[in-house]
Amino acid sequence: MYQQTKIVVNNMNFYYGRKQVIFNLNLEIPKNEIMAVFGPASSGVTTLLRSLNRLCDLNPEAHMDGDVLLDGKSVYGHGANVTELRRKVGMVFEVPTPLPMSIFDNIAYGPRLSGRKGRRDIAETVEQSLRKAALWDEVKDRLSISGMSLSGGQQQRLCIARVLALEPEVIILDRACSGLDPISTAKIEESLMQLKEQFTIVIAPHNVQQAGRVCDRAVFMLMGRLIEEGTNVEVFSNPRDQRTSDYITGRFG
Amino acid sequence: MKKFKERLSGRIFFTLALSSISALALITVFIISQGAPLIAEVGIIKFIFGMEWAPSRGEFGIFPMIIGSVTVTLGAAVIGVPVGICCSVFLAEFAPPAMSNLFRPAIQLLAGIPSVVYGFWGLLFVVPAVRNLFGGPGLSILTGSIILGIMILPTVISISEVSILALPRQYKEGALALGMTHWQTIYAVMLPAAKSGIVAAVILGIGRAVGETMAVIMVLGNAVAVPESILDPVRTLTTNIGIEMGYASGEHQQALFATGIVLFVAIMILNSFAQYVTRRK
Repeated sequence: MYQQTKIVVNNMNFYYGRKQVIFNLNLEIPKNEIMAVFGPASSGVTTLLRSLNRLCDLNPEAHMDGDVLLDGKSVYGHGANVTELRRKVGMVFEVPTPLPMSIFDNIAYGPRLSGRKGRRDIAETVEQSLRKAALWDEVKDRLSISGMSLSGGQQQRLCIARVLALEPEVIILDRACSGLDPISTAKIEESLMQLKEQFTIVIAPHNVQQAGRVCDRAVFMLMGRLIEEGTNVEVFSNPRDQRTSDYITGRFG
Repeated sequence: MKKFKERLSGRIFFTLALSSISALALITVFIISQGAPLIAEVGIIKFIFGMEWAPSRGEFGIFPMIIGSVTVTLGAAVIGVPVGICCSVFLAEFAPPAMSNLFRPAIQLLAGIPSVVYGFWGLLFVVPAVRNLFGGPGLSILTGSIILGIMILPTVISISEVSILALPRQYKEGALALGMTHWQTIYAVMLPAAKSGIVAAVILGIGRAVGETMAVIMVLGNAVAVPESILDPVRTLTTNIGIEMGYASGEHQQALFATGIVLFVAIMILNSFAQYVTRRK
């Protein structure tokens, strides 16, 4: 369908206990684009995103039918390596999640885990990642202070930098800007536009405007069902489904 | 009328709250008033570092007992703390719910066993075991450490577990999303983040070990001498009071209260340290 498809979601039905939260969902996520997945609360957006890096495995109640393919290989199949998957599919959360260590170590941790040892090599990665996340200029003189002592916006950019340092293939942002001021949000959106050259980005925006601003393609979900999927222009300027257009124009949700 | 009721109930709660504090104040004042004169008379250095404890001859040196308390407590920590922390990690992170629901009340039950029962069990079971395995009289630092190590488990386990469970979910998710394994997440993120709670758990456990009397009276052998190995019998500060209070009078009794002051200060230092560690962020 696309030049290159990065992720395929096949007939996904997702349950928490007996409650079904995603119904028969099919989706292709193209490479090197920003895809926005949006919808009102409890429409299954977060569950969908967390199923892509199997973070939803943490909930013992969760189970799923269907499959998710990354580069054509099932991430749920036998012998799939969850740790490796999560390194390839990085995630930034709604609440910033700096680890209780210094700024430098927050970012260096991932590369060190994957066995990189050279000090200069790691320092280089840290700097590059912070630059890409538009945080370098603000923290370059105090890399040794705790990541927890940064402001909310800075913490979130630190988390983005941390994901970038892992050199993932896909970056998922789950309402990553919802707690941020407009300036921090703008900085992050700006860096996303540059990052898509290298990565595939899936974003759950915190509002429709953000989705409209940043994405190449958009998916609208409602009550666990995929309602509409298309390019930015198709979905935001010319929605086919009445519910999409109602939601975008603010008539509900 | 309504306002009066409000104020009255406030007063009642205040009075009741005050009574628990005043119990502490009363005990403190009493211990100090009874013990301090003797310390002053003997001299604090001589009291704490004196090697000779012979109340009938007016010799009041508690150094052997301090060594006894310190060694037995350290031994208890060496035995109880690693087991306790591992157990709390297991309960918080690995155990399936059915198992932790079984383990948790069982550990609480461990805290509910009277200390004299621990002592009795120690005397009948651990003392002979130590004697047969390692030689010596069996009544020893090692035996006391084993018993106390078990006794501090509930404190160490429950407080560490609570502090691990209280961590924001984001730490774990953030770490896992970075591609860390479960064990790396625990080791590198969760344990450091829960460090203050775990340290507090250890200190409170140690505080419990320092203060324990009944169980250790029965298994330590109670010899007033600086031990040369962990198989030697010792006497701790608490057992010193426990053994001699029945027949002590006059200066001797004061000396026991003075021993109490030393214990009191030690436990106070431990507890304030635990508080300090928990509050520091």
